[in-house]
Amino acid sequence: MPQTRVYGRDRVRFMESLVVGDIAELKPGQGTLTLLTNERGGIVDDLIVTNTSEDHLYVVSNAGCADKDLAIMRGRVAELQATGSDVHLEASDNALLALQGPSMARVLQAGLSDDLAKLSFMNSITTTVFGVPGCQVTRCGYTGEDGVEISVPAGRAVELAERLLGVPDVWPAGLAARDSLRLEAGLCLYGNDIDETTTPVEAGLLWTLGKRRRAAMDFPGAAVIMAQVKEKPKRKRVGLTSEGPPIRPHMAILGPEGTPVGTVTSGCPSPSLGKNIAMGYVEAAHSRAGTTLTIEVRKKQHPALVTKMPFVPTQYYTAK
Amino acid sequence: MAWRALRRVGPVLAPRCPRLSPPLRVPAARRLVTSSLVLSARKFTDKHEWVSVENGIGTVGISNFAQEALGDVVYCSLPEIGTKLNKHDEFGALESVKAASELYSPLSGEVTDVNTALADNPGLVNKSCYQDGWLIKMTVENPADLDELMNEDAYEKYIKSIED
Repeated sequence: MPQTRVYGRDRVRFMESLVVGDIAELKPGQGTLTLLTNERGGIVDDLIVTNTSEDHLYVVSNAGCADKDLAIMRGRVAELQATGSDVHLEASDNALLALQGPSMARVLQAGLSDDLAKLSFMNSITTTVFGVPGCQVTRCGYTGEDGVEISVPAGRAVELAERLLGVPDVWPAGLAARDSLRLEAGLCLYGNDIDETTTPVEAGLLWTLGKRRRAAMDFPGAAVIMAQVKEKPKRKRVGLTSEGPPIRPHMAILGPEGTPVGTVTSGCPSPSLGKNIAMGYVEAAHSRAGTTLTIEVRKKQHPALVTKMPFVPTQYYTAK
Repeated sequence: MAWRALRRVGPVLAPRCPRLSPPLRVPAARRLVTSSLVLSARKFTDKHEWVSVENGIGTVGISNFAQEALGDVVYCSLPEIGTKLNKHDEFGALESVKAASELYSPLSGEVTDVNTALADNPGLVNKSCYQDGWLIKMTVENPADLDELMNEDAYEKYIKSIED
């Protein structure tokens, strides 16, 4: 995952000129999921932006968006620097290891002097992990479970990964296992469930729009996005559940009259629930939870129920 | 099986995917029955289905290589009895959590039976791909179709060639 560090007195203003979130309100060590938007209100990428306790913002973006994100950020830095602003970027070559699951805290605590019980979801510390200094540990992840992502200097990433894998409870997880977990948690996959043609309103990600940012309408695409908030979007991202053959991306979603009302963007059999789960975009009139729609799988029609997400309750950790 | 899909899921499985099990050993007894008309040896397609013909009816399944590459099968889409298939026709799909892999008919013929046990227990395809996890039975319209398929030895060589 591409990681970028943003330095300088004007780093918050820089970041807020690109994303919809309220970055200024982040406390030291606190991070947030936010969206990089374009002038049409489309989602260019989803990012985790953390206000580190040090002197910079730490940004994790999607691997598939690395080039365009960096180009956008570099372009904006150049613009701001030209008008005398103090901001500069550092592309980090750190590796990112995700340690996820109910046993995470027990496993990781053995290699930390910091108390993990004090680290809440979406908070971050820089520390030494199993003897590897300079690791940034953020309590977040892409599974819906408790977990951390550890940004580790590239030269010692393999060593740390092997150290963690040496713990009997720890297993490597492939991309498909991870994908079933993020879908159970109702999390969007960039490129499938959100992209430059979907807006935060259609995607049901209104919560990422900072209150102050909405009022100021000072993020890219604000005119389009705020108009959609007012008028309600024509289509919405929904969760779907079904029995029978699994629902897969790109399958057509049909309404009661058998006409297409949308498309599946992600789908798989849920290992936790023993039924099929999916998400997709449907016309707003068919988006209410409890609506029965139809999915065509290999030329046969099967009922699917619009279902609230997350499909499986999330287990994010809050410090007491 | 759709090899395209298998290839796509291959790397995903990598960390925990067992290496291919040792080449399937055909019991010696099986080799000695070649003179019998009752039981024929399994023959394989390049898409990893197998077929074994007994009394004019072919039983079709997927190979051990295919079931390992696919991972845990969670749903089997199979045709209706009476469906007429041409050689290479898609006749259904096997679904794992990560992907759907289409099934292709090794022969031309008509479906005479489907394995109903798979509806409640799709994992039989993994546990017993050559016995209890069979998929369909079909008539053999053109026995010469069988000559175009690989025997066990040729299939093992074929797997090795696509693995390298």
